[in-house]
Amino acid sequence: MDFTYTLLIPLLPLCLFILIGLTGHKMKPAISGLIGTTGMFISAFLSYYTAYQYFFNVGKIDGVYQKIIAFNTTWLNISDKLYIDLGVLLDPISVMMLIVITTVSLMVHIYSNGYMKGEKGFQRFFASLSLFSFSMLGLVMATNIFQMYICWELVGVSSYLLISFYYEKPSAVAAGKKAFIVTRFADLGFLIGILILSFTTGTFDFITLTDPNGPAIAQGGGIAFLGLSTMTWSLIFVFMGGAGKSAMFPLHIWLPDAMEGPTPVSALIHAATMVVAGVYLVARLFPIYAISAPEGLEVVGYVGAFSSLFAAVIACTQFDIKRVLAYSTMSQIGYMMVGLGVSGYGGHEGLGYMASMFHLFTHAMFKALLFLGAGAIIHAVHSNVMNEMGGLRKKLPITHITFLIACITIAGIPGFSAFFSKDEILTAAYHHNKLIFFTQLFVAGLTAFYMFRLYFRVFWNKTPHYHHEPHEASLSMTIPLIFLAIASIFAGYIPFSELVSSDGIPFETEIEWWPVAIPSILVGIFGIGLAAIMYMKETTIPDKMSNGFNFFYKWAFNKFYLDELYLFVTKKIIFNFISRPVAWFDRHIVDGAMNGIAWVTNTTSSGIKGLQSGQLQRYGFVFVTGALLLVLLFVYILG
Amino acid sequence: MDILTLFVLVPILTIIGLLFTKDFKQVRLVSMLGMGIQLIQAGVLVFLYLAERKAGNMAQMLFTQDYMWFESLNIHYAIGVDGISVAMIALTSVVVFAGIFASWEVSYLSKEFFISLILLSSGVFGFFISLDLFTMFLFYEVAVIPMYLLIGLWGSGPKEYSAMKLTLMLMGGSAFLLVGILGIYINSSPAGGALTFNILEIAKITIPIEAQRIFFPLTFVGFGVLGALFPFHTWSPDGHASAPTAVSMLHAGVLMKLGGYGCFRVAMFLMPEAANELGWIFIILTSISVVYGAFGAIVQKDLKYINAYSSVSHCGLVLFAVLMANKTAMDGAVMQMISHGLMTALFFALIGMIYGRTHTRMINEMGGLMKVMPFLGVCYVIGGLASLGLPGLSGFVAEMTIFFGAFQHVDTFHRVVTIIACSSIVITAVYILRVVGILLLGPIKNDHYLELGDAKWFEKVSTVSLILAVAGIGLAPLWLSDMIGDSLNPIIDKITSIL
Amino acid sequence: MIAGIPLEYFLIVSTIMFFVGIYGFITRKNLITILMSIELILNSVNINFVAFNKYLYPDNLHGHFFTLFIIAVAASEAAVAIAIIINIYRHYSSIDVENVEKMKY
Repeated sequence: MDFTYTLLIPLLPLCLFILIGLTGHKMKPAISGLIGTTGMFISAFLSYYTAYQYFFNVGKIDGVYQKIIAFNTTWLNISDKLYIDLGVLLDPISVMMLIVITTVSLMVHIYSNGYMKGEKGFQRFFASLSLFSFSMLGLVMATNIFQMYICWELVGVSSYLLISFYYEKPSAVAAGKKAFIVTRFADLGFLIGILILSFTTGTFDFITLTDPNGPAIAQGGGIAFLGLSTMTWSLIFVFMGGAGKSAMFPLHIWLPDAMEGPTPVSALIHAATMVVAGVYLVARLFPIYAISAPEGLEVVGYVGAFSSLFAAVIACTQFDIKRVLAYSTMSQIGYMMVGLGVSGYGGHEGLGYMASMFHLFTHAMFKALLFLGAGAIIHAVHSNVMNEMGGLRKKLPITHITFLIACITIAGIPGFSAFFSKDEILTAAYHHNKLIFFTQLFVAGLTAFYMFRLYFRVFWNKTPHYHHEPHEASLSMTIPLIFLAIASIFAGYIPFSELVSSDGIPFETEIEWWPVAIPSILVGIFGIGLAAIMYMKETTIPDKMSNGFNFFYKWAFNKFYLDELYLFVTKKIIFNFISRPVAWFDRHIVDGAMNGIAWVTNTTSSGIKGLQSGQLQRYGFVFVTGALLLVLLFVYILG
Repeated sequence: MDILTLFVLVPILTIIGLLFTKDFKQVRLVSMLGMGIQLIQAGVLVFLYLAERKAGNMAQMLFTQDYMWFESLNIHYAIGVDGISVAMIALTSVVVFAGIFASWEVSYLSKEFFISLILLSSGVFGFFISLDLFTMFLFYEVAVIPMYLLIGLWGSGPKEYSAMKLTLMLMGGSAFLLVGILGIYINSSPAGGALTFNILEIAKITIPIEAQRIFFPLTFVGFGVLGALFPFHTWSPDGHASAPTAVSMLHAGVLMKLGGYGCFRVAMFLMPEAANELGWIFIILTSISVVYGAFGAIVQKDLKYINAYSSVSHCGLVLFAVLMANKTAMDGAVMQMISHGLMTALFFALIGMIYGRTHTRMINEMGGLMKVMPFLGVCYVIGGLASLGLPGLSGFVAEMTIFFGAFQHVDTFHRVVTIIACSSIVITAVYILRVVGILLLGPIKNDHYLELGDAKWFEKVSTVSLILAVAGIGLAPLWLSDMIGDSLNPIIDKITSIL
Repeated sequence: MIAGIPLEYFLIVSTIMFFVGIYGFITRKNLITILMSIELILNSVNINFVAFNKYLYPDNLHGHFFTLFIIAVAASEAAVAIAIIINIYRHYSSIDVENVEKMKY
């Protein structure tokens, strides 16, 4: 089976980017939208075909899913040993990611045709979307860690372009800048990680790196530094990059602000695909994490657990619906990280790995649905703030139903997809680390609570006075909602463990009802119930609650003041205590020294220039005096 | 007539042609023709060079010519090129070509302006083809002196001060350099026999280590001044800020590269022992340049100052990589020279164009320019992205090669400084995005900007030719990297032979 | 040989004339006076030449030749100098040396 055609999957969006980017301003907006959507549709079709071929026809040899290099070419030789390739790697997780990206991207393309209609820069929007799809697809298909880094930077830029899409709005510009710089800082860690990793192992290649019997893993951790081996350090640095993209604490601060971008962008980039790149990165390097650097994996697990709790708490206090969803995304990605963190390598040990990928898949579907639903709501009410909404269930029936499905899914109610994936993460956590297990169980309750708080507040509660009567969105916006809702329900029935596993060998899983599934369901139902009591009708309970927990509520509402801390560090420390002094030092000390040399030369010369007055009389006087003195000297003293 | 001498001859013929021009239009036409021919020649040279290499000619230098020029001191007019010089010549011709278009509207004393500009470029071309230290120095001076006139006459702001400062500091550098070169010359024949200035001849012998210890720092600092080595970089912000557009482009794009090129062609190649011994001092200085330049750029308010500091940072990286003395890092150094040359020329061209419209370079006074001049805005963003190292554009390739090369060193010192230098990629992102955010995005601050127009055709020629080069290198770096890499082998062999 | 007048007397006179000339040359600001001082110096030298010639080598005439030469040169020098001085006077309405400083630039 020749998979070379898979090269088209990322290249098609690239061509679209170049086409729309260069000639877009001459096209009619609708045409550029149509071209973009068609291209994406072909890409999606190819991905489905590839997935079918890979999973059911040729991928499995002797019961093990193989890693297939469909295409490879050398891009740059770094040294005799190291070279950077660009290529296409097919294995279970990359094929799964192809499905996720092209599906969500296609849905978002269709949706944007309606949502962005009439916006200025419609063509620019589609060009950037294509650029993003290209880089994201390139990222997941990367054959080596450096190609991944290349695409990693490219998704960062497309994310920047899309967040700052409304570039006349200062807050959007600031948000884009923040997102880029924070992730760039994380990428520095990624780069350092790659430097160390490639230095110790002598390769970038994923297949060599992650082969459990290969040279990279066989050589062990390398020399220890501060109690951890070199390998562990490098992988922790790599994870720093992943944490930046995936908005893990404390590098998450860009994600809520990134909601300044158009809502379809939030759905595609900041919910379903780009933000899970960090999870994908860890998953991609999983064997080396699990075997050579288990401490690194611990770090992943704890960071994930803490982020997920942290974000869930904040999500309960926010009023901007997109921000609630953003924190929810962060929390769910925390789950996926936990899944990886509590996993072992091979067979049933690798349950967490499989569960994490499973959750990534289901999350992409229901979170994209939530965002697109939120987009439909915002489109109808022209506001982001949930206090200005209420009673929308009659006015937006399709949005209401699909949004409800997504909320039930994320709350982990049996029968819906997230139940299966979340449950497996919890099972893995239960067997591995009880502390993380109980944290995640608590987070599951919080998740149900804040999602239904959002749901009840928007669709039930008191109907406020709307300026325009809200009405259901056009067909191009509702079709993606319906499609994603169906996916959210049924994605859970995919036998994931038979397709994706840490070592490529399928295994069996079953639901562990006690002590994992039942408590999680109960916690979820409790959360929903609480939300229903507080928000279904207009009550004063929320205010009382927030007053009761006054201090804590304030902290959470202000996102634990992390933004302020960052502002302090960047504005105060970097600007005022590093850059300004450096600039001052440069102008006054270094340049001052140079000017000082010039000044000394000048002063000396003007000091002695009096000697060369040009006045003959003065010269004569000096000459005669000198001559006389010499005569005196020779005649009377020396003579 | 051999092709290399043509590179010096064509500018001179262009200058003679310019002397006979009657009006402004003719001046532009002649300059454009001359530099267009130069660009085509550079293209031809690249192909000839690659063909020759493919044919199996593995000599270090190709197309060599050697004429005796001044017999009693054994000075020759010796020329020849390897892959590195070819790449630098190609860079220079692109930048000069773009520079002619960027100064399309210089009407004050235009004939004299273009004559000085082209004289400068002939010096640069001569420098890159020279194999004889003395002629190399001569061309270096030819390249530096017209700068004084160009800034002093056609500049803006405190132009006399800046021109004087720039010239004096570079002359100070040349003084060091001259001593260094003479030192090499005097020690070029330890076994007795005729002294020589020829680089290839000198490379065959080993200069006594005592002499190297004295003359390596002199030579390195001499070239380093031009390459904006901390703390001899302060001519750069003032000089760039006052210089007219094309001069900034040429200066940052090409002239600063003379420093980097000289550092490895002369200082590292001829005196590797001292480089090995004393390199750490300069590695510290260059790491400071890299980080310090970037931090300095964050708080600047004048567009040209921002770019000047950014050049300090990027050129610091060139010298940093040169000092790492291994093939990968040096390969990266050359690529960084080319990449920085192109993108900084692009930046200065755009700044000149924006200044020509808004009559201010203070970023605080501008805003939302993307809306009124989308073409220039997009070009500026592309330049910015190249500068902060976006994959697909040239900066990324060069920086990554440097970092990976530098990290190959076994000892901790080199690796720690590499990580420090790496951190500049974050700081670069901060200042680039700050400028883009304030200058191009956001609301328009001044209503009269709404009437400004977008790029004219000659401005488009200028920027597009640079962007194509930047993207070309970024997308397909392999051929460039290989061309440079092959030529580095003799240099690396010489350096490693002493270890 | 002049009876009763020893050589020293001539030398004393010429020395006095010489130093008066030097003093005038250095201290005076008026160009004419400076010129006159120079003439004094030259003439003191002339006296020396003649006196030495007469007392030490009465058979030779070298001293006289020199003196005549100096007188001739001094005459032409005075002519040139006065021409310059007149021009300066026309230009600056003064013949003070300090005013002529501007000639430096």
